[in-house]
This record gives sequence, C-alpha cells and structure tokens, in this order.
Amino acid sequence: MFTYILRRFLSSIPVLIGILFATFTLARLLPGDPCRAVLGERATDAVCDEFLHRHGLDRPIPVQFAVYVNEIAHGDFGVSLRYSETVGQILVERLPTTIELTFCALILSLIFGIPIGIISAVRHNSWVDVLTMSWANIGVSMPVFWLGLMLAFVFSLLLKGTPLWLPPSGRLTAGNLAPTFAQVWGLKVPAQGALAAMVEFIGRLNILNAILTGNWSLLGDALKHLILPSMALGTIPMALIARMTRSSMLDVLDQDFIRTARAKGLRKNKVVLKHAFRNALLPLATVIGLELGGLLGGAVLTETVFNLSGMGRTLYDAISARDYGIVQAFTVVIAIFFVVLNLIVDISYAYLDPRVQLK
Amino acid sequence: MSQTEETIAKLDSENISLMSVSLWQVTWRRLFRRKSALVGMMILGFLIFIAITAQWLAPYDPYIPLIGLEPVTMRAKPCIHLLGCPADKYQHLMGIDGNGRDEFSRLLYGARLSLVIGLSTVTFAILIGTFLGAVAGYVGGWLDNVIMRVLDVLLAFPSLLLAIAIVTMLGPGLINALLAIGIVSIPSYARVVRSSVLTVRETDYVSASKAIGSNTLTILFRHILPNVLTPLIVQGTLGIASAILDAAALSFLGLGAQPPTPEWGSMLGAERNQVFTAPYLVFYPGLAIMLTVLSFNLLGDGLRDALDPRLSHVNG
Repeated sequence: MFTYILRRFLSSIPVLIGILFATFTLARLLPGDPCRAVLGERATDAVCDEFLHRHGLDRPIPVQFAVYVNEIAHGDFGVSLRYSETVGQILVERLPTTIELTFCALILSLIFGIPIGIISAVRHNSWVDVLTMSWANIGVSMPVFWLGLMLAFVFSLLLKGTPLWLPPSGRLTAGNLAPTFAQVWGLKVPAQGALAAMVEFIGRLNILNAILTGNWSLLGDALKHLILPSMALGTIPMALIARMTRSSMLDVLDQDFIRTARAKGLRKNKVVLKHAFRNALLPLATVIGLELGGLLGGAVLTETVFNLSGMGRTLYDAISARDYGIVQAFTVVIAIFFVVLNLIVDISYAYLDPRVQLK
Repeated sequence: MSQTEETIAKLDSENISLMSVSLWQVTWRRLFRRKSALVGMMILGFLIFIAITAQWLAPYDPYIPLIGLEPVTMRAKPCIHLLGCPADKYQHLMGIDGNGRDEFSRLLYGARLSLVIGLSTVTFAILIGTFLGAVAGYVGGWLDNVIMRVLDVLLAFPSLLLAIAIVTMLGPGLINALLAIGIVSIPSYARVVRSSVLTVRETDYVSASKAIGSNTLTILFRHILPNVLTPLIVQGTLGIASAILDAAALSFLGLGAQPPTPEWGSMLGAERNQVFTAPYLVFYPGLAIMLTVLSFNLLGDGLRDALDPRLSHVNG
C-alpha cells in the first residue's frame, strides 16, 4: 500500500512542475501592460519603469520563473499588483468561501445522487427508474448559472414571506459579525505568520467556526445562505453520480455472486447495500474525482450569480485586471488542489479494490 | 451446376437478400429502438429546423432595436394574443429585451450559433486530438511520454477555468472562446484515440499489413483509425453537449460572444441582474441551452448503447 501511494505521489510531481510552468507562462502571455492596468492609462513611462522594477517584471523571463518557483516553495505567493496586499492574505480571505461552497455541493450531490442511483437500479425499468433517469438527463444538461438564477427567482422572490424563503446573495446576513473560534476560546495568536493565517482561515469557514464555537444561530444563517448556491452547483454532479451509481449497480447486480447471496437466503437490502454497492463504488470514485474539476469550474459561475467573493470570482476579476500575482497563485492553488484530490481518489481505489495495488 | 450455385439460385428465386448488414445499419436500427435517443433526435431535428428557417420564422430583426418602429417599453412582458393580450398591441412571444429587441427572434437566431459552436469546437478538438493520440499510441516511446504529460497538465486544470484563462490571453470574443473550448477538450479525444490505437496496434491484421510492406501512414489511416471511430463518435456527440454548455458559460461571463450577437449565454448574462423584474428574459435562453445540450446528451448516450451492445441494458 505504502509503495503504491509513494509511486502515485511521485508520478504527480512532473504534472505539478508543468502546472507551475504553465501558469507562469500563461500569466506572462496575458495581453496588455500590467503597469497601466494597475496605475491607470495616464501613468508616465518613468513611473511604469519604477513599477516594473519594484515587482521584478523587468528581469529576464527565466530569472522571473526561478524567483517565482523559489518563492512558491517558501509559501510566498507574492503581492497582488492591484490590492497591494499579499496574495497569501487574499487566498486566506477568499479560499474558505469556495471550499465551503464546493464541499456543500459535493455532499449534497452524494447524499441525493447515490440513493437515487441505487433505487433506480433496484427498480430497473419501473416508473421510478424512468422518472429519475429523465430527471438525471435534464440535470446533466442544465447550465449552472441559469439554474442558480432560477433558484434565486423561486426561493428569494416567489417564496418571499414564507418559511421557505432563502437569501439570494452573500454568505451571511449583513451585520452578522460572529466572533471567531480564536476569540471565543481566548487564543493568543501572533499577528502574522503561518499560524495566524491558519487561524484566520479556519475562522472564515463559517460552518466550521460556528460548530467550533457552538454558535447555532451563525450555523443556521451560514447554511441558509449556502443552500441555493450548493443546489445550483451540486445538480450536475448529483445527476452524474445518480447515473453512474445506477449503471455500475446494474452491472454488479447481474453477476453470479449476487444470485448466490440471494439464493443462500440473505435479505435483499443486505445484498444490495453490502454486496452490490461495495463493488459498484469503484467506477463511482472515478466520476467523483473527475467531477471535482467541474465543481471548481462551476464555482466561478455560482459565485458570480450569488455574489460570493470566492476564488473563482476573484480569479475572474484578476484576469480582467491583469493582476499576475493573483492569477498565478490562484491557478496554481486550484490545480494543486485538483491534483491532490485526484491523488486521494486514486489512493481510495487501492482501498476499495485491493487488486489495484498489484498493477 | 454446382451445389453452391444451386443454393444461391434457390435463395435468389425466393427473394432473400444475401447482402450483409453493415455496422452502421445495425446501429441506426438500434438507435431508433431507444426511446431516449429518439427524443434526443427529435429535439435536435427541431433545433436544426429552427436554425435553418430562423430568418423566415423570426417576426423581427434580432439585431435592430424596435425603437421608432413601434411603441416599445424596455423589458416589456411577453404579449401573446392567444393568451389574452389586447389585439391592438404588438405581439412579442417572449417579451422585449433591455435594448428594445424582440426576445423571441433573438432566441430563434441563437439556435444557429449554438449548433455551429458545438460542431466547430468538437471538430477542431477531434482533429487535433486524433492526430496527437494516434501519434502517441502508434509511435510510442519518448514521444508518447511527452505528448501525454503535456496533455496531463492540461487535464490538471478544471476545464472551464482553463478556458477562461485562454480566452483572456487571446482576448474576449466568440472565435477565441471557441478556440479555448476546443483546446481544453483536446486531451479527452487524444486519450480515447491513444488507448484504442494501443489495442488495435497489437492485432494480427496490423502485423499482416506490416508484413506485406504497407507504410506507417497506410496502416494508421486504413487499418487503425477506422477502428477508433466508434468511441470517437460517442465521445464527440457528448462533447458537443459540453462544448455548448461551456461556450454559454463563457458568453455569460462576457468572454464569449459579444453583444449584439444573439447568443443564448450572452443574452442571459446581459439580463441576469433583471431576474427578479424580468425573469422571462433569463428563463427562455437558459431553457433553450438546456434543451440543446439535452438533445446531444440523449443522442450520445443512445449512440454509445447502440454501438456497444454489451451496454444495452445499462444506460437508460
């Protein structure tokens, strides 16, 4: 098991280097002058030269790349050209929004997608099957941004005044400034450094913070704001997971060992859940791994629709403003995030199917 | 007359065809038997009809605001005479958009663009992907390694984010958006082709062809690539669906088709802040995108099942 994980880990290193190189080049290839994008069209040449020199942008490209890799290796993502804030700080501020959103969307798609898939496989060709699969086909074809807008229309406008009303934007109700867990626990946190960043990061994960501090009204408020975005973002993966669960369950349910299990008198539920589902998990893990990329991409659209200032939204703004630092750091973080998640999926294969390690 | 000739003559007289049935005929028949594929083909047929006849079906020009031609209110609600809209008012089936144009006409013209977007990006990606995959799979060695590692890096980015990055690099616009989506989808086709090539390369008929002295190109084009066609067709059909979805997303963000082009994603993006006051301007373009994507998804699933009988029971 250990050698498998190690081998799999080592094989992702060239990909990571490729990602660093690709994002670096991509950011340098963005059209337009970063100086004038930040300081305005009227910046004089002298001011611009000084600006480029200060940010090291006047050095040869290979030198810039070497400096960049060295900085990343030290956890330093540079300074945002536009906000005059470190990119690390911006990451700490905005990453939690995206993590919370994608995590909730994934959970939502799993807790609905898997049971729906199992039920329609067990009731193969019944009206339940036809109904759920038609729904799944529609779900896969739905544009995320459209679904988000329609959900906002229904839940925030049509259902206004009813208990089902849900907020159409933001992460918390305006003015809800709940104390972070560090404040509640009276932790003495240094003003700067990795520890401070970590504490702030966790404090900004509203749901986790609410649970840590036992602040249930904060939890309710955060969840209420998350329902619509997660529904919008989670629908496509939910439909895909339902379809995949169904098809791999159908494959497994057809096999001899299932018939044997039934023939020796095991209850149907037990056979379906313990014998069949365990074996149907493998193809499912692949789909979940692939869907994570879709979720991160969809997060840009969802964040735009629901006015959430997360990674996706920030990245999109940074690209239009030619803010190299943010573009590089965010694409690197997203890509690394994606590579690591796929690594976890691959390792989970080895756990789910011991035969995988032998290959 | 020999016995064989007698049998043939007998069969001929009984009017029994000796022609074999090709794979495509079988596929076609199977496809027609599947209800979901049939629904997909019907929706697609309808869309193609609209795309071709848009200029005759559309009651107004999709580009020119109606200001001066009739009394218009921006973002006016739909007015349908059959549903009780007074006969002295002008009929607008889906209302008027924020620039005073007839939403219905724009929607009809949008069908053209969506189909072109889907087909052109996928064709582009298939051509390049097939080339890269075939070379990687057939030549093997370090070339295979280099090509596949580069494609791995492309796959390491979530596709929409990568497309956004490429479009910003090239500059916003429909053509650049299509190029970006095309580039982003190359790896999936290259992978499909490569894995098929790897399997087919080892077969006896390829060895036989090598033994009689065929050159590499002949082997690749006459013997190997036709065998890769089946998975490519399935992947391509499903790829059109996701290309349309991604293109709409880019246009929604303002990176794809630019106004006043009647593109569904950009129509939706332009009116997205009006969803509470003029929901119909958001609802219909989105519905159109969904139906188009749905039709290709259904058709792609149907094709996969029809081309691979082993799977016939699996996907509904």
